[in-house]
Amino acid sequence: MNQYPIMKIKNLSVEYAKGKPAVKNINAEIMNHTVTAIIGPSGCGKSTLLRAMNRIHELYDNINVTGEILLDEENIFRKSPIIVRRKIGMVFQRPNPFPNMSIYENVLSGYTLNGIKLKKSTKNEIVQTNLESVGLWDEVKESLQKKGTFLSGGQQQRLCIARALALRPQVLLMDEPTSALDPIATKKIEELILQLKNRVTIVVVTHNMQQATRLADSSMFMYLGELIEYLPTYELFNNPKNKKTQDYISGNFS
Amino acid sequence: MNVRIIKDKMMHAGVVFVTLCTLVPLFAIIYSVVAKGIGQINWDFFTKVTPNSMEAMLAVAEGKVIPGGVLQGIVGTLLIVLPATFAAVPFGIGGGIYLYEKDNSRLAAVLRMIVDMIQGLPSIILGIIVYLWVVVPMKSYSAIAGSVAMFIMMLPMIVRSTEETLRMLPNNLREAGLTLGGTNFRVMMRVMLPSAFGGTATGILLAVSRVIGETAPLTLTILGSANVCYDPREPNSAVSLLIWEFYNDPNMQSLIWSAALLLLVIVLLLNLLAKKLSKG
Amino acid sequence: MNDKIYKYCLITAVGLILPVGVGIFLTLLWDAMPAFEKFGVIEFITSCDGNSVAEGEKYGALPYIVGTLATSFLALIISVPFSLAAALFSGEYYRGKRFAGIIDSAVAMLAGIPSIIYGLWGFAVLNPILVSMKLSETGYGILSASLLLAIMIIPYSASLTKEFIMMVPSELKEGAYSLGATRSDVIAKIVLPKCMPGIISTFILALGRALGETMAVTMVIGNTNFLPKSITDTGNTMASIIANRFGEADGLQMASLIAIALLLFVITFIVNLTGKFIVKKLKA
Repeated sequence: MNQYPIMKIKNLSVEYAKGKPAVKNINAEIMNHTVTAIIGPSGCGKSTLLRAMNRIHELYDNINVTGEILLDEENIFRKSPIIVRRKIGMVFQRPNPFPNMSIYENVLSGYTLNGIKLKKSTKNEIVQTNLESVGLWDEVKESLQKKGTFLSGGQQQRLCIARALALRPQVLLMDEPTSALDPIATKKIEELILQLKNRVTIVVVTHNMQQATRLADSSMFMYLGELIEYLPTYELFNNPKNKKTQDYISGNFS
Repeated sequence: MNVRIIKDKMMHAGVVFVTLCTLVPLFAIIYSVVAKGIGQINWDFFTKVTPNSMEAMLAVAEGKVIPGGVLQGIVGTLLIVLPATFAAVPFGIGGGIYLYEKDNSRLAAVLRMIVDMIQGLPSIILGIIVYLWVVVPMKSYSAIAGSVAMFIMMLPMIVRSTEETLRMLPNNLREAGLTLGGTNFRVMMRVMLPSAFGGTATGILLAVSRVIGETAPLTLTILGSANVCYDPREPNSAVSLLIWEFYNDPNMQSLIWSAALLLLVIVLLLNLLAKKLSKG
Repeated sequence: MNDKIYKYCLITAVGLILPVGVGIFLTLLWDAMPAFEKFGVIEFITSCDGNSVAEGEKYGALPYIVGTLATSFLALIISVPFSLAAALFSGEYYRGKRFAGIIDSAVAMLAGIPSIIYGLWGFAVLNPILVSMKLSETGYGILSASLLLAIMIIPYSASLTKEFIMMVPSELKEGAYSLGATRSDVIAKIVLPKCMPGIISTFILALGRALGETMAVTMVIGNTNFLPKSITDTGNTMASIIANRFGEADGLQMASLIAIALLLFVITFIVNLTGKFIVKKLKA
């Protein structure tokens, strides 16, 4: 597949309060149709970085961002956050299907929330293809009108992925997508992530190093807000250049 | 048995006993209202206006039920509470959303304090305020004035219940809506408010039940009326106000208890419904 | 585009609440001015209504302030054991059990009963009981009003106290049990001390409710404008004097009643603010 950097992060810093950067001067390029993992000890800024990538951090006041993130050479901070978020989807740590909507409506919620009206047949098609691509269709096709919150945790998370995919995003951000799930559900989500990378570029934050080695083509190691190392995953784990990375992957601090 | 164990058992029994004592007034009040009020509940009670004291006295002297009912009060209560509710719901929900959105701003802190202040305001003071704001300029007591008072009473209750219910929703729900490219407005209307429906509806019902039973501000705003009145600019009556007007008229006793029964049933039903909604 | 409409709506809602709140205070202050100007603030607060022709038209708030404070504090004291018991019942002894839910709903129903019905019941049932117990000659008075108020505030303090009791971490209680404490030891030495600030704040909030309660009190307190000497005396509260007199008042008398309303407003506002402040601090 023709690979090129779909996302470029340039000199990105995020400050929660003046002079207290949570993320410091990050430079990185993310290749399309790959899975990139962001690892590091808690509080290292990995979630903050991820949340800046679709500007969801802007919900909260007093957060200051400097630098650029380019998606297909366009700076996302110069565009409407609405458009940016439609192109860069997100899946959260805890599955969060909309409790007021059925499974069917949940898959279509991206369209509803963008005020896009669809024909019934198009709707059915979108619901079916996206539920199929997350392997949920056979499990829920009889109960599409039930509330999404009745599903198991793993099913809910796959529904949330289907919901994000339905908008055909270019990039899908995942913030510790399996940390609230049991091992079996985790395995399914991981298999799904590997299948999906043919369609969409994935950036996943994880605190689980094994998960990073299983999933990611390349990995970023962050520490105290800085990007310490960004290498192909195999190299990062087997041949880290930096002492801190070595310490982290050998479990010397967590 | 050990002294400590005996003490422990005594405390347990004491708590149960005192708790049950707390319920005595509840049952005593319900019993009184039902026992004294049920006799007058008939068709006329809902379809006729209150008789004058003389008619009532004659009927009581002959041992009959008092002719007439509380129609003007029922009409008045509806005429006052319905418009107040229709106005308070959108403004209350709007205010609740504002406080939720602007969580930490200084303006929100001030507003929250004002909302608390209005909520804690003794209702009789609200009566004075609306008297000065509405009755004096209009030069007449009126149902409108009553509605304004009820509106101001309901507003803080709806604001706070909306805000608190929204706050109880998981935070990532709204983030999820926004990552799908929804605008703030759409995420609020399509996801947040519908998810908060139970809590908000409970707040609204409790507010309605609260103002239906409210009397003090009505004495200073609608004054009372012996006849059915549909003109909102005229003085009017209300079920609760009738109880106040007649409570020490010995001829009216049974009619008053029936009005109390009607009020109690409506208020308790609304409370039950609210409780159902908050769970479902 | 849409977000503009959204903001507009919200600002309208805010543009309503803010002026109403500020307006309430300013209106009371403005219309109470004639009374304060004529009698002076301190004099107004510390004197009684004039009752001789020689004094001319003279009003004072003292008996009503005393009546309000007496009924409210007495009600608070009466309500404490009941609220505490109900809170311990459903928050500790029968926590999570079905029976606790039933008790909670019943106590909550007490909060739903309109004030006017409490007043009617007090007038027709409670007063005769007080008379037959020889606690009072007519039944009317501070005692009767306080009893009614106590019943009316129990649900508020009980439910909030229960929340605080349930917030006590179970590790703390388990720690005490593992040292051989009985349940009553745990309640008296761990649970209650731990949530004492919370319980105090709930009673402050309950006091705020009692201070402004109008109809029930007006119907049983006896409506006299002397300084009450004992709890069996009749009297008036700040709220009940307004309910009784405002309809026929004008001129200086109306200004005096509004001045009383302003004082009541300030007192309840401070009490509520203090209570809420503590609750917020503790829940955070």
